[in-house]
Amino acid sequence: MRLLIKNGRVVDPQNGIDEIQDLLIDGGVVQSVGKNLDAADAEIIDATGKIVAPGLVDLHVHFREPGLEYKEDIETGSRAAAKGGVTTVVCMPNTSPVIDNAPLVQYVMNRGKEVGLINVLTCGCISKEQKSGELAEIGELKAAGAVGISDDGRPVLSSSLMRKALEYAKMFEIPVLSHCEDLELVDGGSMNEGYMSTYLGLRGIPKAAESVAVTRDILIAEEVDGRLHICHVSTKNAIEAIRAAKKRGVKLTAETAPHYFSLTDKACDGFNTNAKMNPPLRDEEDVKAVIEGLMDGTLDAIATDHAPHHRDEKELEFDLASNGIVGLETSLGLGVTYLVKTGKLTMSQLIEKMSVNPAKIINFDRGSLAVGKVADVVIFDPDKEYQVCVDTFASKGKNSPYDGFNLYGQVETTITAGKIVYQRNEK
Amino acid sequence: MKHLLGLKNVSATEIQEILDEAFRMKREVLEGSKKDNCLSGKSVITLFFENSTRTRLSFELASKYLGATAANIAASGSSVAKGETLIDTAKTIDQMAADAIIIRHSSSGAPHLIAEYTNASIINAGDGMNEHPTQALLDMMTMQEKKGSLKGLRVAIVGDVKHSRVARSNIYGLKAMGADVVLAGPSTLMPAELERLGVPAYYDVEKAIQGADVVMGLRIQLERQKKGLFPSVREYHKYFGVNEARMQLAAPDAILMHPGPVNRGVELSADIIDGDRSVIGEQVTNGVCVRMAVLNLLAGNKK
Ligand SMILES: [Zn+2]
Repeated sequence: MRLLIKNGRVVDPQNGIDEIQDLLIDGGVVQSVGKNLDAADAEIIDATGKIVAPGLVDLHVHFREPGLEYKEDIETGSRAAAKGGVTTVVCMPNTSPVIDNAPLVQYVMNRGKEVGLINVLTCGCISKEQKSGELAEIGELKAAGAVGISDDGRPVLSSSLMRKALEYAKMFEIPVLSHCEDLELVDGGSMNEGYMSTYLGLRGIPKAAESVAVTRDILIAEEVDGRLHICHVSTKNAIEAIRAAKKRGVKLTAETAPHYFSLTDKACDGFNTNAKMNPPLRDEEDVKAVIEGLMDGTLDAIATDHAPHHRDEKELEFDLASNGIVGLETSLGLGVTYLVKTGKLTMSQLIEKMSVNPAKIINFDRGSLAVGKVADVVIFDPDKEYQVCVDTFASKGKNSPYDGFNLYGQVETTITAGKIVYQRNEK
Repeated sequence: MKHLLGLKNVSATEIQEILDEAFRMKREVLEGSKKDNCLSGKSVITLFFENSTRTRLSFELASKYLGATAANIAASGSSVAKGETLIDTAKTIDQMAADAIIIRHSSSGAPHLIAEYTNASIINAGDGMNEHPTQALLDMMTMQEKKGSLKGLRVAIVGDVKHSRVARSNIYGLKAMGADVVLAGPSTLMPAELERLGVPAYYDVEKAIQGADVVMGLRIQLERQKKGLFPSVREYHKYFGVNEARMQLAAPDAILMHPGPVNRGVELSADIIDGDRSVIGEQVTNGVCVRMAVLNLLAGNKK
């Protein structure tokens, strides 16, 4: 099947393109990009006024399969991704059981293919059972298709094991995605430590719980020349540590999540458990630092940390509620609204953060609309305002603090390997 | 007012209304032995997830003095401990047509959560480190009783402010009423960005007590010492304990308060607990009055 996307603003930072062009897709790959393309038998998509960009790549999602399908599964997660313009996801391995062996990696990837909407990739664990004791079989995880290793959900408690992981993973050219958290400093906290935690009488999580752990991992990676990627960065001091390390030439990449540039811990007011996540929402100073980190390249990527939970896990006392929010169906809108509309990033830079760079980090050949590349494409409207409504989410999780927010950047069409996997219905 | 979840957003007018009602209850019901059946036919449930005999008893007596049927659910021994959520528990109680649910819970915000799911009036009897509004109201009642007015009163609150819901409710209530609140305590027991609540905090307890009209000690959980928040009870008492010498720095007619139970010789030295300035006994009496007032205003027949 041939698809011809007409008159859209093609934003393809990898190839330096940002102009009105047509895009012809044939056999699942980009056949040509240019002005006034014609293809007699092609299905035509009119993208006038819309942006046509490489499909988004999300480095950090929790699809909860196997074992926790009551929260999300690979099918509903894939639908949520497609609806959000995300054509590639990297699943975190803190499922039940955890993905610490090759057959489970294959299981997740096969389920993703069966569902057939997007590219479902996965991390394997750093340590067996995520217990920070022994290394998982990283070579076999990689051979089975894992694109990274991570104990996400938990930090690697042992500095010594982290060092071994960074050294060992190097052989297999697989990045170590680190959830940086010093649990002793967290000390039972349930939100950011600051005025809001004082005001709500909730135990605070100091910012150093993140920055101390980030600094540890950077120094270890530097010493062993490992390939480190820092997950969900939320604090100013962590960003400064990453910036300084990059200046020294440490092989380091880092991501943040949309909630860290669009919300502060004020969202927790009223004991709102949909604003409870880990790391927690921080304050204005950190939001500013996250945006600056994105602007100057300290933060390479935006990943959602899509963390669906069941209603029963959120309708609880704040300190007992589960951490995390769903993100796949709001990430592009938040990026367009809080970064592009505010003039912090150009549209092209946003696509770099949400597609080009994350693809590079996991060495996955996406994030480009060059001729011959697999045609993963998102078409979205940068200018029309729309309202977020969690009831319409494709994800099983409705745990979002953005319900009712007005955003720009609504996804119109998502295409994976030349196939339309999501088309917004006009009401 | 439907619920009393805290004093955070309660106006001076509303606080004064409760205090006036509490004084009336004290005059007419407690001291005057006048029957008041403003809660007759009403059911009041105390739902306590933390042990506190004195607060529970105070609420139960307040309910009974006003003719309500009072029942107690000790949450640790019931279905609550066995996988039922707080919302389920609250809904069940609500289904039994409770008029008021008085809840104490170790999680901040627990009363706010159940208030969304029940028809009953919810009264917060202490939630985590957040608030303990009836304690602050009885403290304010006692201060007003002894000092005439809360406006311009200098109140020094000393101790573990970080973990104290009593301190938070007093800060909100006293500030609304125009009192000047100052705090003192060890740096490890002060919450973050406290100054943004608009109250100065000192590490030097003597600075805080200087010229105070009211000195309030806060109860310190002795387990905090094991968590490393202060090195020893001895050192705590040396730097932060209120004793006779320190009380000399306060205003000549200053009163001494404590929400109780007191760790004798830790927060307060024994001599001043039993001394002339201590109003700790009156606080307990006023606690019943304030709780009668709150119950009547929230759930009473002539509401
Ligand atoms: Zn994580």
